[in-house]
Amino acid sequence: MQITGDYLKSVAVGSAQDRSGDAAQATGAIRFILLSELIVPFLLLILGVLLGLYQVLARAGIIRSAEIFGINYYQGLTLHGVINAIVFTTFFAVAFGNAIMLHQLKRPLKVGVQWASWLLMVGGTLMAAWAMLTGRATVLYTFYLPMVAHWTFYVGATLLLIGSILPYFLDWIPNTLAWRRENPNAKPPLAVLGNLVNFTLWFLIILPLATTVLFQMLPLSLGLASEVNPLLSRTLFWFFGHALVYFWLLPSYIMLYTMLPKLAGGKLYSDPAARLAFLLFLLFSIPVGLHHQYTEGGLSSGWKLWHAFLTFMVALPSFITAFTVAASLEHGARQNGGQGLFSWWSKLPYWSREGDKWLFAYFISGLILFLFGGITGIINASYNLNLVVHNTAWIVGHFHTTVGGLVTLSFLGMTLYLIACLRGVDVKAKPFALAAPYLWMLGFVIFEVALSITGLQGAPRRSNIGISYLDPSNELLYRGDWLFWSHVGALGGAIAVVGFLAYVVSLVGTLFAKPVRAPAIDFPIADALHDTPTPLVVNLRPWVTATLALIAISYTYPVYESMTRGVITKVPGYQSHENNLVPQQTLREQTKLP
Amino acid sequence: MDRFEKRAMALALSLVMMFFGLVVYAAKGLQADLPTCLPNARLFERGRVVEIGPNRYQVDVVAYMWGFDMGTVNQIKLPRGAVVDFYITSRDVMHGYHIDKTLVNLMAIPGAVTYSRVKFDRAGEYQIICHEYCGLGHQNMAGQVIVE
Ligand code: HEM
Ligand SMILES: [Cu+2]
Ligand SMILES: [Cu+2]
Repeated sequence: MQITGDYLKSVAVGSAQDRSGDAAQATGAIRFILLSELIVPFLLLILGVLLGLYQVLARAGIIRSAEIFGINYYQGLTLHGVINAIVFTTFFAVAFGNAIMLHQLKRPLKVGVQWASWLLMVGGTLMAAWAMLTGRATVLYTFYLPMVAHWTFYVGATLLLIGSILPYFLDWIPNTLAWRRENPNAKPPLAVLGNLVNFTLWFLIILPLATTVLFQMLPLSLGLASEVNPLLSRTLFWFFGHALVYFWLLPSYIMLYTMLPKLAGGKLYSDPAARLAFLLFLLFSIPVGLHHQYTEGGLSSGWKLWHAFLTFMVALPSFITAFTVAASLEHGARQNGGQGLFSWWSKLPYWSREGDKWLFAYFISGLILFLFGGITGIINASYNLNLVVHNTAWIVGHFHTTVGGLVTLSFLGMTLYLIACLRGVDVKAKPFALAAPYLWMLGFVIFEVALSITGLQGAPRRSNIGISYLDPSNELLYRGDWLFWSHVGALGGAIAVVGFLAYVVSLVGTLFAKPVRAPAIDFPIADALHDTPTPLVVNLRPWVTATLALIAISYTYPVYESMTRGVITKVPGYQSHENNLVPQQTLREQTKLP
Repeated sequence: MDRFEKRAMALALSLVMMFFGLVVYAAKGLQADLPTCLPNARLFERGRVVEIGPNRYQVDVVAYMWGFDMGTVNQIKLPRGAVVDFYITSRDVMHGYHIDKTLVNLMAIPGAVTYSRVKFDRAGEYQIICHEYCGLGHQNMAGQVIVE
């Protein structure tokens, strides 16, 4: 299935007539919007990755300083978390969603809607970036109260979120409904279902986050309020925060289900199983947020156990995915002549420069990293086992194999792919594009193992330990036993950065290559091997109802409990940029023992 | 859905149920449970160590930027074999309270009290580490439990 440049043009013209009437300019508009939704976050990601390198070196005591190039460690960590985990992922999810809907439903996106979404997202990002870069929002990407950032940080984040949800309501839902009217007997394409599930989820979780940002954080930041309930804010944040990780993951799963089988040379093993997995994610991924609050008082352990139970349930669709993906890979490999119980593994296109096949490398290396992420994730979820690892370096190892692994690799691969499509060029420097994911994978496997070990040794996360625990001149705090594995972690991080640089070479080449064909969005979409009609997994509506019910059951009491805890007054004394003014000397004195 | 798929799903379901069963056993059977809501806990403003019985102690901890007030600053001494109840809150922003080599791993949240009990069987120095970001001095926020 292919959408040509003419099609894009006709699509854009159609909507331009509805809206602005400026056909030529509108043609470029959708293409420009999609391209920039991929390029803007990529440019920011370069900064994000370099800061990651600084962090891993600082945490090994290799760079022993509170700041680098004028950026404080925690300021950099805020940028690293916000850019990599919020901005890059959200922009990509929107761009990819737009491309999927355009390609699968063959209906125009409205230029006005897309511009509004683009302006909100870019404007919001710039506002928040200004706050972070000027040291007015050194609050990390979780911005827990009662630490307060400058109001531009909260407004910027809110604009980004609003911008990201507009296409869902104003383009994708109407287009899907129109498609259904035209195809009353067909089920919507799998990628469309996955995408709608993902943004339904996104909309539902933006609500609690917006509640705490608009009613707790912003008033405090503007000086309109002088009291706040930090526990309530945390509960609302994690109401958002766990499902956030599935918002990152589902675009990758869409690629694994619809594209990976085709690249492997075969078919998707089962279409109903794929749909079931997406719908189970909708159902279970929100009412599990308390698993981030296991170590907090003020919330009953019974409810924590309930959320732990649901967390195990949300592992199910990932197990289904593991099975379906492995079965699809095997099917593909056997089409390529693979045989035996295990030796078919050798018949997969690990290093193929032919056509689109280079994308396979991104998916397979992401999947291998995700194996580590899945196992460590189940450990983190395990209620009391979490006491061993909570907020240690272990957690950092875990999520660099999930969001930093499968998610980032598939997003990077797809970014390169879509940029080549939208510019009408072939991917340049393919050996670099192919080496990149494997180097990244190797680096992060080392990083994961090393940080797991330092975590178990007690090393905290979110800490510039190079200037305290790993400083031999600090007699009180020095922890020589963390030194070796911190260095191994730094090695892993550095290898991953080399992989990223290889990717940059290929991306920049592709970005400036001469067009050889008309721009066209074309995805390698696989057919299904098994596809028996399964009514249960066709319609979204009953699943949304069940999801809302489960959320109500799981969150009513914890939110009520949080609201009955203490309210803290006179908080604005902890404006984060005021912290920045405390001289290092004073900090040292404050931590001396009597 | 075909045979293999059904089997895979059944296997996955039994696996996660087994994990959950083990978690419940460890929590309720082996008493390795999580901090819970203490409906009667009063907020406190000062740290202290109180001996509440033979080799039984209560430690109130007030975390602040950047130290732990436990009656003394950052350091407490306890006898070997002591069973200790830790109650912790914060005077300013979020902090963490992780006692190395133990299961005491708590968040200090202003406005709420978090609780954990631990027995110190071995003599030695246990590092207390703040493991939640709490401002620019965070990496230096640490203390010690000295068990002798
Ligand atoms: C080669 C690249 C990278 C390196 C070397 C790296 C390194 C690190 C390190 C060492 C930390 C821990 C800092 C601390 O806890 O004190 C960290 C935190 C983090 N990283 Fe990365 N990282 C990289 C790429 C990424 C990517 C691609 C993502 C996501 C898309 C990501 C997401 C995060 C997040 C969310 C945090 C947590 C921030 C926080 O605790 O507030 N990182 N990274
Ligand atoms: Cu989670
Ligand atoms: Cu701290």
